[in-house]
Amino acid sequence: MKGTWVTIQLTFLTLGLGIVIAIPFSFGQVYGPKWVKAVVTVYERVLRSIPGIVILFLIYYGFPKVGVNFSPYLACVLGLGMRSGAYQSEIFRGAILSIDSSQMRASRSLGMSKMQGFRNVILPQAFRVALPPWANEFTIVLKDSSFAYALGVTELVREGRYIISTSYEPMVIFLAIAAIYFVISITLNRSLVALEGKLSIPGFDIKETIK
Amino acid sequence: MNDKKQSPLLRVKNLRKSFGENVVLKDVSFIMNEGDTKVIIGPSGTGKSTLLTCINQLVRPDSGEIYLKDECITSAENMNRFRQRIGFVFQDFGLFNHLTAKKNIMVGLTKVKKMHKKEAEEIAVEELERVGLMKQADQYPAQLSGGQKQRVGIARALAMQPEIILFDEPTSALDPELIGEVLSVMEDLAENRMTMLIVTHEMGFARTVSDEIIFMEDGVIVEEGSPDKMFKKPDHGRTREFLFKLTELYGEGDE
Repeated sequence: MKGTWVTIQLTFLTLGLGIVIAIPFSFGQVYGPKWVKAVVTVYERVLRSIPGIVILFLIYYGFPKVGVNFSPYLACVLGLGMRSGAYQSEIFRGAILSIDSSQMRASRSLGMSKMQGFRNVILPQAFRVALPPWANEFTIVLKDSSFAYALGVTELVREGRYIISTSYEPMVIFLAIAAIYFVISITLNRSLVALEGKLSIPGFDIKETIK
Repeated sequence: MNDKKQSPLLRVKNLRKSFGENVVLKDVSFIMNEGDTKVIIGPSGTGKSTLLTCINQLVRPDSGEIYLKDECITSAENMNRFRQRIGFVFQDFGLFNHLTAKKNIMVGLTKVKKMHKKEAEEIAVEELERVGLMKQADQYPAQLSGGQKQRVGIARALAMQPEIILFDEPTSALDPELIGEVLSVMEDLAENRMTMLIVTHEMGFARTVSDEIIFMEDGVIVEEGSPDKMFKKPDHGRTREFLFKLTELYGEGDE
């Protein structure tokens, strides 16, 4: 099914754009000067307070007014990616803040710049902390990719509707769609859990500290 | 007073620092020569640690100057360059939790000094040997004891080949039976004429290893002098009182 492929593509592109936004933003929000913090905070507030579908409509119908036209597909990636970026930067920010300040202090004491300390010391640790909530964000993005339906992108749900219109079997088709979402979600979550296991470091385990 | 060598390695001049209303350092000045081991003692909250963090600019002083050799640190544009030359050993170790002991030492070499991995690894192994932790090279910080962590911390500082190492209460977070292994590493360094500025409450160490003791209270240096003078006939009553209390407490003063 082509729709499934489009849905998977949308999910990954959205997540990818989200990470690209989230990493510098979370860095800025924790270590940046005041104005950067303010900008990031406003960005996050706004994008997290508007329903995804409204963001999509705003981008799809709004940008042509200033002379920029996006294909529905691109508008979806942009809109959902920016939105996911807001959520992901919250995830990363929390993860960064959970890393003890001694880590950055020690990095700086070796002569690393803030950026180097972030990249070599904070981020690898924060990434491990962020993985479980990030896996959650992943399933949310997967499901939110169905908003693309509203802009006419032929993703999983829309393709299903097309099939229904000829087969007149809505229940069967929607159950099939649900099953496909379920399978994608489970598969990828499993691999993320495996990744978590692979990256786990003795003594650097959230579960262990809770125990 | 400082007549061992001609050119001072570190000069601290009229250093001041306050956090809000709280004046932590009021006009602190002193000099360190190459190869000196100086110990700073004094009651808690008298700015000893702040002084150290001001020297490597993890905390910016309000005024005053610090010179490393002939270069002024306090007005430096790029502090990262100086920090490579000033080692720092933390009370809470500050080891990178996601890296093994060996990689903890390597990361500064490869990322800051842009060394090749091979070369960095050789140095890391060398330094681990020096602090007696070859067996623990591939263990993560959480798998090490406090004393071992601190020795890795010292090895990490040493690997950068600093001109001076600052120790901020390196043994205060350790169980009593682990303090010895860290102190003996530091003693070795002192014997090899590593320049060290050490904040500590280990009076035995201060007395036997240091060249000079600085007694600080309320953000000023009350008195400085050789261990002999400080322990036997200090100029200030307050110094005597403090040292007496500490030696009584730790029972390592008289010998």
